[in-house]
Formats: sequence, structure tokens, C-alpha cells
Amino acid sequence: MDLNFIINHLNVFIAAAWLTLKLSFFGIVFSIIIGLFCILMSYFRIKFIEQICKIYIELSRNTPLLIQLFFLYYALPKFDIHLEQIPPLNLICLSVDETLRPAFACAIFGLSFLGGSYMAESFRSGFEAIRKQQFEAGLSLGFTKLGNFRYVILPQILAISISSISANIIFLIKETSVVSIIALPDLVTAMKDLNSLTYKTDELLFLLFMGYLCIILPISLILFFVEKRLSNA
Amino acid sequence: MLSLLNLDTLSRLWQGLFITLEISIISIIITSFFGLILGILMSFKNRYIYILCRFILEFVRIMPLLVWLFIVYFGFSRWLGVNLSSTVSAIIVFSIWGSFEMMDLVRSSLQSIPKHQYESAKSLGLNKFQAYFYIIIPQAFRRLTPVSMNLLTRMIKSTTFAYLIGSVELVKVGQQIIEFNNKNDLAPFIIYGFIFFIFFIICYPITLYSRKLEKKWS
Repeated sequence: MDLNFIINHLNVFIAAAWLTLKLSFFGIVFSIIIGLFCILMSYFRIKFIEQICKIYIELSRNTPLLIQLFFLYYALPKFDIHLEQIPPLNLICLSVDETLRPAFACAIFGLSFLGGSYMAESFRSGFEAIRKQQFEAGLSLGFTKLGNFRYVILPQILAISISSISANIIFLIKETSVVSIIALPDLVTAMKDLNSLTYKTDELLFLLFMGYLCIILPISLILFFVEKRLSNA
Repeated sequence: MLSLLNLDTLSRLWQGLFITLEISIISIIITSFFGLILGILMSFKNRYIYILCRFILEFVRIMPLLVWLFIVYFGFSRWLGVNLSSTVSAIIVFSIWGSFEMMDLVRSSLQSIPKHQYESAKSLGLNKFQAYFYIIIPQAFRRLTPVSMNLLTRMIKSTTFAYLIGSVELVKVGQQIIEFNNKNDLAPFIIYGFIFFIFFIICYPITLYSRKLEKKWS
């Protein structure tokens, strides 16, 4: 172990970890939104969109993220579809360097595409576990249909499926390791690039390992305590 | 547009798919073997075995698979002096990861069997081995099958990671074909779309079947 080497290259890895964190944050937020949307559609029984959601869930759950990213990154621009110019993504992309924006937008889109279906499935398992009377009880108290969802149904869904939601969150953070293929400077890219330059494999593997450990361990601990709180509630 | 998908390309993609399938099938076989043994071991009421298994499971789980692949692929050759090909390292990593994930599934399905099943087996005069073999495992198997199929599709999808350590599997072959046809603007769309579709065709029937089993057995 060459400690000097580790200290000298720590800043590269911290920047890379920051990118991983940013990616996972947006990926998780968007996938929760997509999951909620899918479950809302089946709550309101909008048949047509519900069917589209189902097709989307099957497509995204049964294909690897790597291929999804390749497809988004290399194939879509040929049709003049640039994800980094599409509204919510263009604002988020302002936070990274200009050359990275297309890849960054693709990565967030891909992560949300993959994560959304996983979240939707988690929400669905909670949704299906709720008893029928709950739906009627809220309405009879004078809630609107949306209010009923917000105040009666959603808290129960969250309490039931919190463990699978937190598993999905960890899964998505781990899945960000794939973005190195579309040239985003994440932890894996940093390790690979420096390895081909310096051949300090041991130190770099150590940094890679520690990088992910520093990101995932605290988050999984936080989720563990949240889970405990919610399951007691 | 579809002229790109001629026989030559398809046969090359098949070769790539073969490697992908090879990695997944070998790891699935090893996974089901060790997963079952470890899971049964873990469900015994021995605290030390449980803590050890749990610790390794969390340890394996917390890192992205890609990091484990790097550690095995780059690290093993340095520390142990064995040069593993990328395909072999992928098989090793997926088998270890799969075995421990499977172990947890086996454990939870064994523990979900109500206690009175064990007791009634005992009262019938079966010894511990017979009770497991004739009563507990067949019941646990029903709960296990759908969830383990889920793991199976995850493993098949994860084989794409092998591309990142340089294995010439489906994704890599697709990329070579695209580079070869770089004059064709639509090549990425067709080839990546096609690979997307291949994975979907492999994984979707498994998902459907597991859902069907879940409905039938629950």
C-alpha cells in the first residue's frame, strides 16, 4: 500500500463519489415519482395508462441497465432526441460540466427508468395488502379521492413496503456503478483510468471499495432505522 | 434498415449470447447448489453459523457487483498470482453473490414454515433428517421457487457486467458489430435495440412463470 498515492488521488475519488451521489439522488427521487404515478393510475383506475405502466414495468424489469444506457446514449441522438434538452433534465444537468451533460441526462433517465419499475412493484405490493375497507373509510370521512390516497392509503403503503423500498434505494445506488460505460467520471471510471495510467491496482481497488462503502453504509444504516421506526408505527 | 441483421451478424450475436448464457447457467447451477446448503445450514438454530452467514451476506450485498468483479479480476491475479479470464471471474463473482442471496431466500422460506409442521413431523416418529427431507423442504420449495426465479433473472441481467471487465459476451459483440458498420447511422439503434429485446425474451418468460407459480401456490 502506497499511502502517498492514496492521499494524492483522494480528491479524484471524492469528486467521483460526489457524482455517484448526485446521480443516485436524482435517480431515486425520479423513480419514486414514477412508482407513485404508476400506483396512482391503478388507484384511479385509469385503464389505458395503467396498461402502459404495466408494459413499461415489464420492459424495464427484464432488461439490464447497461443495455438501456447504451440505447439511450448511442441510439437516441441518431434520431435527434437529446435528453439533456428535455425540461426537468436540462435544469439538473446545469450542475455538471457541459461536456458531461448528455451522459449525465442519460444516466439519470436510465436510472429512473429502471428504478421506477422497481419502486412501482414495491408500492404495488403495499397497495394490494391494504384492506378494502380503508378505501371506503377515508371517503366516508369526507376526504376527496386524492385526499384519501394522500392521508389514508399512502402512509399505509409506505409502512408496508418500506423494506423493499429501501432495498430498491440501495440497489439503485449500486447500479450507478454501470454509468462508467457512457464516460461519466464515477468511482469505477476513476479506478479504471488511474489503473491504466499507474498500475497501482491495490491502492485503487482499496479506494474504490472505500468509496462505495462510505456512500452505501451510512445510507443503509439510516434506512435501517427509518424502517424500524415505521414498522413500529 | 433491417439488412444489418443478416445471417453473419446473427451468428456472431449468437456466439456472444452463448458466452452470456454460459456465465449465467454455470453460476445458476453453482448458486442453487451452494445456496440450498448454506440456507439449510443458516436455518439451524446455531447462533454462530447464523451470525457468520449474515455477516458475509451483508458484506457481499453492500458492494456493487462491479466492484466485486474488479476485485476478483484485477486483485486475484496480483495477490494470488492466478490469471483468471474475465469470463471465469464473472462466474466466480456471480456464483458467490448468488449463493449468498439464495441462502437468504432459502432461510426465509424455511423459517416461514409454521412450527407445528416440525412438531408434527417429530410426533410421527421422523428423525430430523427425514422431517426435513419429506416435510419441510417440499413445502419450503413452493415458497422458494418464485422468489428464486426473481434472483435468476437478476443474475442473467447482471451478466452484462462481464462486458466491463472485457469479456466478449453479447454486449461486446454488439459493440463490435456497430463499430464494423460505422457508416450505418442506425446501427446503434438496431443492434442495441435487438440486444435489449434478446434480454427481454430471455427474462420475461421466467418472470411470467414465477408470477404464475406464485398465484398457483399461494
